[in-house]
Amino acid sequence: MIAEVGHFALILAFVVAIVQAIVPLIGAQKGWAGWMAVAGPAASAQFMLTAVSFSALTYAFVTSDFSLRLVVLNSHSLKPMLYKVSGVWGNHEGSMLLWVLILAGFGACAAWFGGDLPDRLRARVLAVQSAVAVAFFAFIIFTSNPFLRMAIPPFDGQDLNPLLQDPGLAFHPPFLYLGYVGLSMSFSFAVAALIEGRVDAAWARWVRPWTLAAWVFLTIGIALGSWWAYYELGWGGFWFWDPVENASFMPWLIAAALLHSAIVVEKREALKSWTILLAILAFGFSLIGTFIVRSGVLTSVHAFANDPERGVFILMILAVFMGGALTLFAARAGTMEAKGIFAPVSREGALVLNNILLAVSAFVVFFGTIWPLIAELFFDRKLSVGPPFFNMAFTPFMIALAIVLPFGSILPWKRGGLSKAARSLRAPLVLALAITALVWAMQTGRSALGPIGVGLGVWLLAGSVVDLMLRTGRSDVKSRLSRLRHLPRADWGKAVAHAGFGITCIGVAGMLAWEQEDIRIAQIGSQFDVGAVSVTLRDVIETQGPNYYTTMAEIDVARNGQEVGTLYPEKRVYPVAKMPTTEAAIHNGFLRDIYVVIGDEQVNGGYAVRTYIKPLANWIWLGAIIMSLGGCLSLTDRRMRIAIGARKSRAVPVAAE
Amino acid sequence: MRQILLILMLALATPAVAVQPDEVLQDTALEERARELSKGLRCLVCRNESIDESNAPLARDLRILLRERLVAGDSDVEAIDFIVDRYGEYVLLQPTTSGANVLLWAAGPLMLLLALGIGYGYLRRRSLATPVTTEPLNAAEEARLKDILGE
Repeated sequence: MIAEVGHFALILAFVVAIVQAIVPLIGAQKGWAGWMAVAGPAASAQFMLTAVSFSALTYAFVTSDFSLRLVVLNSHSLKPMLYKVSGVWGNHEGSMLLWVLILAGFGACAAWFGGDLPDRLRARVLAVQSAVAVAFFAFIIFTSNPFLRMAIPPFDGQDLNPLLQDPGLAFHPPFLYLGYVGLSMSFSFAVAALIEGRVDAAWARWVRPWTLAAWVFLTIGIALGSWWAYYELGWGGFWFWDPVENASFMPWLIAAALLHSAIVVEKREALKSWTILLAILAFGFSLIGTFIVRSGVLTSVHAFANDPERGVFILMILAVFMGGALTLFAARAGTMEAKGIFAPVSREGALVLNNILLAVSAFVVFFGTIWPLIAELFFDRKLSVGPPFFNMAFTPFMIALAIVLPFGSILPWKRGGLSKAARSLRAPLVLALAITALVWAMQTGRSALGPIGVGLGVWLLAGSVVDLMLRTGRSDVKSRLSRLRHLPRADWGKAVAHAGFGITCIGVAGMLAWEQEDIRIAQIGSQFDVGAVSVTLRDVIETQGPNYYTTMAEIDVARNGQEVGTLYPEKRVYPVAKMPTTEAAIHNGFLRDIYVVIGDEQVNGGYAVRTYIKPLANWIWLGAIIMSLGGCLSLTDRRMRIAIGARKSRAVPVAAE
Repeated sequence: MRQILLILMLALATPAVAVQPDEVLQDTALEERARELSKGLRCLVCRNESIDESNAPLARDLRILLRERLVAGDSDVEAIDFIVDRYGEYVLLQPTTSGANVLLWAAGPLMLLLALGIGYGYLRRRSLATPVTTEPLNAAEEARLKDILGE
């Protein structure tokens, strides 16, 4: 019964979305206030109905209602509660329901918190947002209905893919979707602005928090996925340049570019049409990502829900929205004049360079990702484009970005001097070069990547500090510190996010350059050395968990004769899903991780044991967390909440005097 | 119970991950070359994994084949060519620069040049532009301004 309520609510939400997509749009065109006013309540209703639908599905999963086809395919009565809940979005149908829930949620937020938007713009934004929702409601209802019943319900389910039964992956999809779908807000604002034919500083100020929020969510989502791959796949890789990873990375790059170009629109009323284009493309890449994941046109390790029919549907959604938005863009972009005047060497100029590097790097990732498809279609060649290509073609852009970033962040608006900026950055430059040289001298290998990456990271970190210090003027330490404390949150956010990028650079360089690996057959009780670490295989036992059997090893790790800790790597078998998984055991450290994996028992006794020393591994995710923290700091800046002030002044006109 | 467990374990036993201890060559220099090369070769039956990472039996066969070629004295290029001859271009994770692939490799640099050109043109126009006179407020905005000023 509850499932039917959910099903019914979903269809109702679809109908509400259709109304919301049409009525306010006409109202805005004709200037009918009543029609425009439909948008707000409709957005709320659409969200509530979708939430009811999603709750109904969650309820079915939690209570293991095996009369629902989806629950049978993706759940099991013995599964821990966390994974019963995360099982809701651990499959195609459920994840699409989560997708529309978030889409409707963003629309509702725009309705609830968009009080300061001009009525016309708000009506249009909500209508466009709802048009996107209509397409996805139709997609769910007609091709991927989560509420289908079984004629003969079985006694138990077929279990969720054991690889997905993991806390890191339980929260990876929701964050990713919050990011993907958050970009729909930027898209709706862009299309509404195109219909309106007007883009100004106020528009940029409205669109930036949404983009920033989406970017923060994407950053967390991608970091969670990469962290999960690191500890779950059994050999500690963190990024594979897989089509599906690229699908999340491209919107991230474009969103990062959009964040920066929207600043120029807000402060200087320039780069308007480019910003609109980026807003359209960012969501376009989100849709392309969805298409890649759901259609299975590109071979990926993330094999789920590959179905050509669904692929075609999403391709149609992509074609309609991108085609429509880009046509509108072509017709209207010319009317958006830039106002600000500035020299090439200026903050504006630096942000243009930032946008070029980010956008072209996203293009490189895109081209590399779809090239196998193009090569097969047009040149009749079946080939692969893998990590070696991306490492070679993509990395230079990030290096260039890291080099120019500290310069750009301290250049003044309108007109700046390179030599003045260079003088301010003398200390970071010297520090970065010194550390590069030191690392070069200390490393055992002959890798150039390691020292350069670490040097760039230090350059970015120190550059962020200089950026903050320059904002405090030239007086005694005390007043500078107090000024530092009172800097706008957005300035802090910027410095923190840039520092996070530096930390990630250091982590990636360390991990790629100085990883140590040892593969061997170890007898129980034997001891061996890997680098500076000595490893002892104490024992191996067979035991079982709630829904799996496991072979668990007990491994002691010591360093310079001192005990570091005991690790328990496992090899699990999930009988229901008939799948084995490797659970690596990791000793997390600030400078290095010790990563051990237990393998099969060998014919002549002993076990295959793999030991890795992963230098600076945690810095990769730490950097990502700091980047998103920077984004959050910026979001709390009162300039982002300018809306609140505006609303107050309208409510109490006397006080505004 | 114990028996069921054992049967399950045996039925589902797959190599833990990637390179197994028995595959590793004695000669460390040769082994290192083999590892480096196998990172660039795709496992044919897997989904976008290199043979160095893959658990599949076919990947293991390929790793052993590669090591045999290296032990036999092949250079890196010869060993790779040997495998490409048998399994096709699809095994290469790093696409060649032959034929149409030039497009793939040139796309990034060309796009960058184009973008830099456009960007520079834009910045030049911006630095030489004359200031635009601001548009007057429209009627609605005028009314709102009055409202705010409390008139």
